[in-house]
Amino acid sequence: MDNLNLVLPEIFVSLSVMFLLILGVFKKESSQLTFNLSLITFLIAIIFVINETFSVNRITLFNDSVVIDHMASLMKIITLIGGFLVLGISSNYLKTFKIFKIEYPILILSSVLGMMIMISSNDLMVFYMGLELQSLALYVLATFNRDQLKSSEAGLKYFVLSALSSGLLLYGCSLIYGFSGSTNFDVITNQLTSNEYALTFGIVFILVGLAFKISAVPFHMWAPDVYEGSPTTVTLFFTMVPKIAALTVFIRFLYVPFLNLIDQWQMIIVFLSIASMIFGAIAAIGQTNIKRLVAYSSIGHIGYTLAGLATGSNDGIQSSITYICIYVVMNLALFSCLLMLKRNDQYYEDIDDLSGLSKNHPMLSLSLLIILFSLAGIPPLAGFFAKFYVFKAVIEQSMYFLAIVGLLSTVIAAFYYLRIIKIIYFDKEKEKYDSDHGIWLKFSITFSTILILLYFIFPSQLIEVVSRIVII
Amino acid sequence: MNFPILSSLILLPIVGALFLFFTKDKDGNNLTAKYVALFTTIVNFLISIYLWISFDQTTSSFQFVEERIWIKDFINYKVGVDGISILFILLTTFITPLCIVSVNNSVKNRLRDFLIAILIMESFMIGVFCALDLVVFYLFFEAGLIPMFLIIGIWGGPKRVYSAFKFFLYTLLGSVLMLVAIISIYWISGTTDVIALYELGIDAKYQNLLWLAFFSSFAVKTPMWPVHTWLPDAHVEAPTAGSVLLAAILLKMAGYGFIRFSLGLFPLASEVFTPLVYTLSVIAIIFTSFIALMQEDMKKLIAYSSVAHMGFVTLGIFTLQQQGIEGSIIQMLSHGLVSAALFLCVGVVYDRMHSRLIKSYGGIVTIIPKYSILFMLFTLAALGLPGTFGFVGEFLILMGAFKDNFLVAVIASFGVILGAAYMLWLYKRVVFGKLVNDDLKQMVDLNKSEYLILTCLAVPTLFFGFYPEPLFNTIEVSVTDLINMHNLSIASK
Repeated sequence: MDNLNLVLPEIFVSLSVMFLLILGVFKKESSQLTFNLSLITFLIAIIFVINETFSVNRITLFNDSVVIDHMASLMKIITLIGGFLVLGISSNYLKTFKIFKIEYPILILSSVLGMMIMISSNDLMVFYMGLELQSLALYVLATFNRDQLKSSEAGLKYFVLSALSSGLLLYGCSLIYGFSGSTNFDVITNQLTSNEYALTFGIVFILVGLAFKISAVPFHMWAPDVYEGSPTTVTLFFTMVPKIAALTVFIRFLYVPFLNLIDQWQMIIVFLSIASMIFGAIAAIGQTNIKRLVAYSSIGHIGYTLAGLATGSNDGIQSSITYICIYVVMNLALFSCLLMLKRNDQYYEDIDDLSGLSKNHPMLSLSLLIILFSLAGIPPLAGFFAKFYVFKAVIEQSMYFLAIVGLLSTVIAAFYYLRIIKIIYFDKEKEKYDSDHGIWLKFSITFSTILILLYFIFPSQLIEVVSRIVII
Repeated sequence: MNFPILSSLILLPIVGALFLFFTKDKDGNNLTAKYVALFTTIVNFLISIYLWISFDQTTSSFQFVEERIWIKDFINYKVGVDGISILFILLTTFITPLCIVSVNNSVKNRLRDFLIAILIMESFMIGVFCALDLVVFYLFFEAGLIPMFLIIGIWGGPKRVYSAFKFFLYTLLGSVLMLVAIISIYWISGTTDVIALYELGIDAKYQNLLWLAFFSSFAVKTPMWPVHTWLPDAHVEAPTAGSVLLAAILLKMAGYGFIRFSLGLFPLASEVFTPLVYTLSVIAIIFTSFIALMQEDMKKLIAYSSVAHMGFVTLGIFTLQQQGIEGSIIQMLSHGLVSAALFLCVGVVYDRMHSRLIKSYGGIVTIIPKYSILFMLFTLAALGLPGTFGFVGEFLILMGAFKDNFLVAVIASFGVILGAAYMLWLYKRVVFGKLVNDDLKQMVDLNKSEYLILTCLAVPTLFFGFYPEPLFNTIEVSVTDLINMHNLSIASK
């Protein structure tokens, strides 16, 4: 009998999703209650992960189809914390749009559940099941503000394109199953003979599907529209949490069964990485809507994460994970600032709305300044270290071309971050925004900005946690 | 473990900035903020004086070294000074209080934020000069971009946005290649500790590429022709205090970097690329001097003259002669004082007449005589008149150059003549001649704080012009050692 304690977090989250659903149906006016209970669910799940699995080195369960290791635990914790904070920040936004409903926390919880399954998957079937669970929840979340045309459009677009990519992914899975005789990662590893071209096809199809999920160029088309159309809190969710899960699967998929085929897939990842870095940097320059801009900038950041993955070394994997951790914090901070741009029950999301913000809101502007410089990767802020680790790993493998292209694209990217700073600090001021924000927003801004600002004092801590992740 | 004097030099301005950050920002004349900032920087200056006094001038090894584990198994936070870097730290701590005294004339709004930016800037600049680890150096080197970007962008002139962007992107573009080089050095040699790297040496086959990567960063920052174009823009638009910091200290980071890293780490490559640096330096000296002659804007003229002066500095460094390198260091120090003073002089008339165009002045010698005298002194120092600080450096550089390459030295000497031409012509047009416009009669002479600042700068300019001995004593052993180390590695090749 397998030790069920190891999957306690997943079991607990799925039970509470069901319970909350029933509660929401039978009890009237229960949205606040559901909301609070969901937050508590997140907290308990985090505690379960820390208690039960954090010290586990590597254990597989259920006929080796689920794996619990350091990477799984760490990524689950980040996912859960991300979900928790997004949910917390959401309440005021949802109330403003009168969409504060029971479905929202339940959908967030169930997509997080899907991600946790993805993160732990050691089998193509389990992985696909988790992926679909999270995707289905995300489709609905994208259209959550259903009275707005843009939101519905975003959801539909996301659904159609995502379904297409899932199709490709499944096709890849079936090819791999056909040629290796198993869907289990460990078994595939042993069955592998590298001269099977069909296997390479399978890998490519799966990579395309995954690249779509993390919106790497050239599979990024959906991201700007979906990010712009979805409710801002959902966009925040999109830019942070699913990427963590997809990245984990990326790592596990490439480095467990297909490590021996690294010659086949390394070029693809390098291409995805370079294309994302350059395209993300250049396309963001012309944007006027902050959410679209964030979409492009997140494409760029995914490029840096993939650069770490392309190295084929443990250092590279660790640097990617470090990058995504720091990126999540920066994104959280950025969106929290964005959600503060509220006046008379209306949220502002154009870059011009930031004009002269520093005169009326000095603290908010200072936070934005720190966050944007960090996103641009200027030392001594956290974003610099994220890039530093990635390029350290890349240069270790003598991939100088990738490193130089990556660093040059940071200069291009710096331009549009500077443009926002210019608008905040150098331009004429506009009307004041409301300042009565909820405790959640204030907390998440203060917390994440301080993390970004003071990361350089204790840079080793994160590295130490991440360096326990050894895949190869 | 002794008292961490260098870390406290780095941290003190930040503490001051934090203190300011939590005081209330009042509009208008915010005296408290100014006194806090002034106090912090003066204390910092006194500490650095103490540092200089207790500095052992008989050894070339690094002193006051502090080392702490920073990123485990990877980077140590390591700082220390030798004869070369200590004087730059002194220059930084000397110039910053003067900048702060000068702000009440040029910065009208958000004084507190401006002071915070200046203080943070000071701490980063000190960090650059005492970092003994490549990554720590890079961190300080790059971090300085943020406050400077804001200083130009928020408090600058009408074209400030363009200038701030140009400044930021140019320097960032130059620096990213240096980052690649630093990481490569880590993988090649297994450490980024400068002292260890001096001992280990870097494999000859990598040196050329690494040298070029470092060069791309330092050349932009110096700035060398043809990547100097950001400097005139940045200078013209920056507020006076910003220009002063930029000219006096920021440009010196690159010269210091050339000596410490390009020469120290890549001796073979330095030898290979000397012709390149010579060519660029000579072009900078002659070409930008001619450009300076044609300028109508005073600040721009001084900015171009900075490029020419820095051309002398790079020339001197790569002569790889004792005189040349010592001359370059002295030239950087004197340029730090003199260009700061000249920008302040321009600031003085700009605050009164709100014009930096040369043609809107003329004949002000009778109206503001005190100013004219001090301006005269700095003009003469800038053109390298014997008896002023400017002479010592230029003379030594040319001496070093004559030893190494006669042709280059001859061409560079023409630069001295051109320098005299544009500076004297500037002085003549601004100070002498007929009164061009009646408004000039309303000008008042230097007020107390301006007088104080300019005198503070004039004293060392004259003193070290006549008696540069203390400076030479400080740098001599380190430079000799650097050159010996250089010759040794050339010989072993």
